[in-house]
Amino acid sequence: MAILEVEHLNKNFERTEVLKDISFSLEKGQVLSIIGSSGSGKTTLLRCLNFLERPGGGKIRVNGETLFDAEDPSTMQESEIRKKRLHFGLVFQSFNLFPQYTALGNVMLAKELLAKAQPDYKARRKEIHSEIEKEAKSLLTQMGLEDRMENYPHQLSGGQCQRVAIARALALKPDILCFDEPTSALDPELTGEVLKVIKGLADQETTMIIVTHEMAFARDVSSQVIFMDDGRILEQGMPEQVFENPTEERTKQFLSRYTQG
Amino acid sequence: MELILEQFPVVIQSLNIGFIQTLKLFFVTLLGAVPLGLIISFGSMSRFRPLSYLTKIIVWIVRGTPLMIQLLIIYYFPGLVLDNPIWGGGESGRFLAASVAFIFNYACYFSEIYRGGIQGVPKGQEEAGLVLGMTRSQIFFRITLLQMIKRIVPPMSNEIITLVKDTSLARIIALQEIIWAGQAFLKGSQGISGAIWPLFFTAVYYLIFNGILTVLLGQLEKKLDYFR
Ligand SMILES: Nc1ncnc2c1ncn2[C@@H]1O[C@H](COP(=O)(O)OP(=O)(O)OP(=O)(O)O)[C@@H](O)[C@H]1O
Ligand SMILES: [Mg+2]
Repeated sequence: MAILEVEHLNKNFERTEVLKDISFSLEKGQVLSIIGSSGSGKTTLLRCLNFLERPGGGKIRVNGETLFDAEDPSTMQESEIRKKRLHFGLVFQSFNLFPQYTALGNVMLAKELLAKAQPDYKARRKEIHSEIEKEAKSLLTQMGLEDRMENYPHQLSGGQCQRVAIARALALKPDILCFDEPTSALDPELTGEVLKVIKGLADQETTMIIVTHEMAFARDVSSQVIFMDDGRILEQGMPEQVFENPTEERTKQFLSRYTQG
Repeated sequence: MELILEQFPVVIQSLNIGFIQTLKLFFVTLLGAVPLGLIISFGSMSRFRPLSYLTKIIVWIVRGTPLMIQLLIIYYFPGLVLDNPIWGGGESGRFLAASVAFIFNYACYFSEIYRGGIQGVPKGQEEAGLVLGMTRSQIFFRITLLQMIKRIVPPMSNEIITLVKDTSLARIIALQEIIWAGQAFLKGSQGISGAIWPLFFTAVYYLIFNGILTVLLGQLEKKLDYFR
């Protein structure tokens, strides 16, 4: 069974249709790349999956459980949405690290706040804290940041910030980790280190959805590629197929801009 | 010079009493305007249009007219126009009227600073908290609040220093603050008259007090310097 099923998703901002009948599914351990020109709705799609925007129509299912159904208002309760968000992680283009916390603090904060809601928190406080800290440190080490844990975001390079942000998202063990152009805000020499980390996650079979303009990377890392145009999925398939034998004229046009450059 | 030395103890005692009134007005204003400003800033940011327009118009009027006029209106309007002297007579009545005028005036200035501080925190901070499963109140207290405070400390420091000096405006309704106390020796009081130096000397009080405040507020600003 697919870990994620998206069916007929629609989203309007006032009168403009930004997402039009988006359907796709994703298997556990797979990587889905979403490509497409600016304004085609890629960010909006990720924001819908993370419940930062509410779709006007359609369904979102994770592990067979319906998280969102536009027909069913009971799926939209604020208190439930907070839990549903935890199925997804989101790494932003502009990192959005919390400036007043160290790298380690950024990774630990949400986990600690969640732990506070556990019934045995008071009794096992110290133990829980050190567990969370240990996990956070191991994640940061995995991101190649073992000597940067006590630094504040403004003391880190963009590439390091983005790796902290990835560790922060991973700390909550989301079923599906989403990336919105994770390297677009970085200097070219820093994109490599972030892409390498994401590739490492792909090799460990982390289920991911990656919006990116790095075509070579998308081709290399993904099991499935979606090309979006004007709010629609225009083309969808294996990377070889989408990149080498696109059927749609728009896809060819779009890709040719990258191969020429 | 000798005369001044002779007058000094009497004058200082009088100025001290005036300065205590100055300090009282300063702290009462701060205590009232800091929370009231927050309420006003929420009003002006409200999504309920009529409320936000109304608040913005009030803030515009208060910031667009001299505090001195506001003091006069608040002090004299109830008694002279409405025939209802709510402030009562005497120094305590004048203090109450002055407090109300100052609190309201400064709350309006503070509200604009708060608004800038709140709106200055990038939307991405809240969204990052949301996708990490945090509640709205966790996001406010753990993420945005400190960033807001960091943003508002420098402009608030300016306003607070200005407030120290503005308290002297309360002299217009004869509140016996330090300038009033100094001026008394010009007109004649406790056997001293025609002395201008006590009035000049009040500046020393302002300078010292503002010096202390500047150092304290500077330290607070430095404390928040560890992040950006
Ligand atoms: N909050 C909003 N209000 C109104 N319109 C919006 C809003 N957010 C996005 N849009 C519009 O929706 C469309 C899709 O935007 P989106 O950000 O999803 O595109 P994108 O594919 O991520 O583009 P890019 O590659 O530039 O990041 C755009 O036309 C945009 O102007
Ligand atoms: Mg985008």
